[in-house]
Amino acid sequence: MGLDFYLHQPFAQHALAAGTLVAVITGLVGPFVVTRGAAFAVHGTAELSFTGAAAGLLIANDPVTGALLGSLVVATAIGLLGARQRERDSAIGVILAFGLGAGVYLLSHYHGFATEATNILFGQIFGVSNRQLLLLLGVACLVAVTMAVLYRPLLFASVDPDVAQARGVPTRAVGVAFLYVLALTVTEAAQIVGTLLVLSLAITPAAAAGRLSARPATVTALSVTFALVAADGGLLASLQTNVKASVLVSTISFALYLGARLAGTTLRTRRRPHHPAHPRRARPG
Amino acid sequence: MPPTIRTPGRRGDPPATATAHDVPDRAGHAPANAHPPVADPAVRLSGATLRFGQRALWDGLTLDVAAGEFLAVLGPNGAGKTSLLKVLLGLHRLSAGTVTVCGHTPHRGSAHVGYIPQQKAFDPDLPLRGRDLVGLGRDGHRWGVAPLWRGRRNRVDQAIAAVGAAGYADTPVGLLSGGEQQRLRIAQALLTDPAVLLCDEPLLSLDPHHQHAVSNLIDTRRRAAGTAVVFVTHEVNPILPLVDRILYLVAGRWAIGTPGEIMTGETLSALYGTDIDVVRVRGRIVVVGAPDAAHAEPGRGHHHPAGHDHAPAET
Ligand SMILES: Nc1ncnc2c1ncn2[C@@H]1O[C@H](COP(=O)(O)OP(=O)(O)OP(=O)(O)O)[C@@H](O)[C@H]1O
Ligand SMILES: [Mg+2]
Repeated sequence: MGLDFYLHQPFAQHALAAGTLVAVITGLVGPFVVTRGAAFAVHGTAELSFTGAAAGLLIANDPVTGALLGSLVVATAIGLLGARQRERDSAIGVILAFGLGAGVYLLSHYHGFATEATNILFGQIFGVSNRQLLLLLGVACLVAVTMAVLYRPLLFASVDPDVAQARGVPTRAVGVAFLYVLALTVTEAAQIVGTLLVLSLAITPAAAAGRLSARPATVTALSVTFALVAADGGLLASLQTNVKASVLVSTISFALYLGARLAGTTLRTRRRPHHPAHPRRARPG
Repeated sequence: MPPTIRTPGRRGDPPATATAHDVPDRAGHAPANAHPPVADPAVRLSGATLRFGQRALWDGLTLDVAAGEFLAVLGPNGAGKTSLLKVLLGLHRLSAGTVTVCGHTPHRGSAHVGYIPQQKAFDPDLPLRGRDLVGLGRDGHRWGVAPLWRGRRNRVDQAIAAVGAAGYADTPVGLLSGGEQQRLRIAQALLTDPAVLLCDEPLLSLDPHHQHAVSNLIDTRRRAAGTAVVFVTHEVNPILPLVDRILYLVAGRWAIGTPGEIMTGETLSALYGTDIDVVRVRGRIVVVGAPDAAHAEPGRGHHHPAGHDHAPAET
């Protein structure tokens, strides 16, 4: 059966709609993950969405709602335990270790299909119900709007925290708000690529974009574009082949990153005409 | 006229000189004999005390900074220089006394105050150009995304041109030299047309040529726009020709006066509580003789590059 046939199937249309929105929000959030050094927070919340999903599965046979609610709990825990960057990373490690243990315990009590567990870990967007899809779409819209509102103060607080604070940015509150946005985004992405491959949407496109431009607006636009190509491209390719969408998404995203690195090396060297003698300055103190 | 010197032990003493302000009354008003009630000074501190735990960084600090005045703040590591700027930014609350900036209690995000923070290196991979850093100083605190309208761009371009940074404004900040970053910092701090410019060791790690260029930019600005400058530094020599008054902080004690009054063996000996000689060589000031114990907290891991030749040297 050709792609045409699938594109007229509601399940494929829904999956593509979800994939598109998820790509937009991961693309928006990604550059901040990179500048704030929050890769471990992404990894941690992604793996913990496994626990939320397992709890949702066990209680209401609804892994998506479980994962979304669980991510809010995780963001709150990280926000409460880790105020500063270094403290935050160890807090995430602590919560991650405990949460994964709880997830394994929960899943051992679930007597449904073993495939459910694989779906959580590796993603299965084609399988989710209409109601779950609507929920995913709603949360994605909420995240996108929040990011649009937070954008400037979040950028300021991320790149120049001292001046941002002096200029009246509530840096602490903005950081906590970003944690919630991040947790929800990661959980959404986990529905498509699975908890294990979330980084391929939440970090790889932004990292690729960062190789090509130093202009924040351009980096964000490129990051969203790359995430869209990877997510929708992966879903479409998966409809035509028998390969799981998450595999294709992560492959496309990795290919984009490699391409950006190649192109970026030439860009970066060309961008510095005025300091031929000092390719890197000596850093103070 | 001799400088004001205050030590915590002499708090109740009558002011030593005509420039001294009285111990402030509890209501926080400046004493009647100090200043006639004309226009608000850019900065007014009266009886200002900042404590962290039991330790007072400075005690009963009383001074006015007039519009267009260039005040240098000196003192050893941990003396509370950065903390003083944070008080003026509204980020720290005084433990006692009062502070006003342009007649108002300082609050975060005040457009009256421009701030050049103590230098921190940007990551070379940070996706941020020089002009983005400057632009954030203007409206980075507002919600939403940055507008693309021309007026904003023009203001940012003007500020960048005014500090001579147009040539590298589109380069990622992490790739710029320390001096280039400092110029952009000045542009960023001046975008809101502040009445007070707070600079935290802006000359740190700059070579003499850039020290001169950066301090002259700040000096030009305060002469043109009447901006009061509070300039924290470890090296007084590069800015000696520009400085109107010096505030010297040492382990809870402080002194204020002109460079000629403060940078003397007598004043510094009183501040450090030990014999200190001040030598003038070819227009430069060299301070000799302060024991390391006078520094607030030895071994805090702070280090400044060599060359702060006014700083007390060991004998
Ligand atoms: N929020 C805080 N809580 C507790 N102590 C603090 C706080 N902020 C600063 N301090 C302490 O106050 C002292 C003064 O710090 P400050 O940064 O003002 O010194 P400084 O004069 O700027 O020193 P340097 O020359 O090293 O920059 C330090 O000993 C510091 O540990
Ligand atoms: Mg300091």
